[in-house]
Amino acid sequence: MEFSEQFPIVVQALNVGFLQTLKLFFVTLLGAIPLGLIISFGSMSRFKPLSFITKIIVWIIRGTPLMIQLLIVYFMPGLMGNNIWGGGESGRFLAASVAFIFNYACYFSEIYRGGIQGVPAGQEEAGLVLGMTKTQIFFKVKLLQMIKRIVPPMSNEIITLVKDTSLSRIIALQEVIWAGQSFMKGNMGIAGVIWPLFFTAVYYLIFNGILTVLLGRLEKKLEYFR
Amino acid sequence: MAILEVQHVSKSFGNTEVLKDISFSLEKGKVLSLIGSSGSGKTTLLRCLNFLERPDGGVIRVNGEMLFDAADPATMQEGEIRRKRLHFGLVFQSFNLFPQYTALQNVMLAKELLAKEKPDYKSKKKEIHAQIEAEAKNFLDQMGLSDRMDNYPHQLSGGQCQRVAIARALALKPDILCFDEPTSALDPELTGEVLKVIKGLADQETTMIIVTHEMAFARDVSSQVIFMDGGCIMEQGTPEEVFEHPKEERTKQFLSRFTNQ
Ligand SMILES: Nc1ncnc2c1ncn2[C@@H]1O[C@H](COP(=O)(O)OP(=O)(O)OP(=O)(O)O)[C@@H](O)[C@H]1O
Ligand SMILES: [Mg+2]
Repeated sequence: MEFSEQFPIVVQALNVGFLQTLKLFFVTLLGAIPLGLIISFGSMSRFKPLSFITKIIVWIIRGTPLMIQLLIVYFMPGLMGNNIWGGGESGRFLAASVAFIFNYACYFSEIYRGGIQGVPAGQEEAGLVLGMTKTQIFFKVKLLQMIKRIVPPMSNEIITLVKDTSLSRIIALQEVIWAGQSFMKGNMGIAGVIWPLFFTAVYYLIFNGILTVLLGRLEKKLEYFR
Repeated sequence: MAILEVQHVSKSFGNTEVLKDISFSLEKGKVLSLIGSSGSGKTTLLRCLNFLERPDGGVIRVNGEMLFDAADPATMQEGEIRRKRLHFGLVFQSFNLFPQYTALQNVMLAKELLAKEKPDYKSKKKEIHAQIEAEAKNFLDQMGLSDRMDNYPHQLSGGQCQRVAIARALALKPDILCFDEPTSALDPELTGEVLKVIKGLADQETTMIIVTHEMAFARDVSSQVIFMDGGCIMEQGTPEEVFEHPKEERTKQFLSRFTNQ
């Protein structure tokens, strides 16, 4: 088959794969952004056992490869005699989502913690002596300062997440890398070509380009104060 | 009657007693200067008055109202403390302005939040807002900041920031305005402008407690001086008494450090 004939077929397959990549990306963000906040509150808790346990969990998750976590989350239940994920793509997606959300929530929680603790104590005290409630101080004084602090490190994590989704290939989630690789073994009458796999890089590059611009704009928006 | 009465206030952090049996009173419209070496407990005393720290013992009264009584837990209810705080204002050494708000917004914020809690807020939103804004502008004017109202704190000099912080504290019309070394974080050439506005407030009979290392200023502005040492009030009296005729050896030693400079 000519390259010009292959190209549209490959692009279509890659599009389908990339859709799965995007789905995993957004589901991870949607889950990990709030879960990270809960974990960060846990690790900052004044109740020692809670903060200790949370810190241990964060240490384990951040100290081991996401790929291993994916394998454990996907295969452990089955090995223990109860494959909660079922077979099929939707089961793999669910398992991947759980592993990704948990992993990223732990990274986010550390960023949040830095952001929250980075706001000087004087801000809260100034609010208190002006008769504000703690809730008012959080929303009207501290929140925006925290967001300003966490946007740059969060941007880094988010761009890493785009690329990390490819790790879900290890449990055969049919994302864009999986789609590209399928043309090596043979798919839709095309076999033994490696360029589709290389071509997936373009997808990542374009998507990350868009994200970089958007996150950069947000960062700029917050530059009006220091 | 005294506007502020502090009796037998004590405070420890762990095993260190930072305030020991502090008693004094202050008349309305008068200025009290608190002097003393580093670590003598001046900041802690101001923080106790502003309910940022809870004393272990003693009594604090404003206008005869019992604000704090260590022996009566009912005076320490969280909801009440918020209201009681408003009797005092506090200007910090490090300004603590809110960086994401302009000078004007810094001055208005707390007042607006308080107004929102009033039952008639919804119906008179516009008027209330306009009034708060007008008042805030007035205070900033008084601080000599008419042309700086729309600047963010990072666009202002230290002296201007501190004057915004003073306007912000004044906006809530506290009975007693406290200053914790208001000029210590400033370059020497900027201290003058801040001391000048504080002097202006003193001339208008604003009741103030000022912690300061500016002895000449303390002497000039205050009607009452307290020298603290090691958590105790070593000596108190008129500026004349404390600066000219100190009775205690510690006071003499402390003051000599300033005159020999
Ligand atoms: N939160 C705290 N925990 C423990 N010790 C504290 C705390 N705050 C203050 N102290 C101690 O209390 C003592 C008095 O401190 P304070 O800040 O009131 O002194 P100060 O007179 O304001 O000194 P300075 O002139 O340096 O500002 C110091 O020994 C200080 O180390
Ligand atoms: Mg101090």
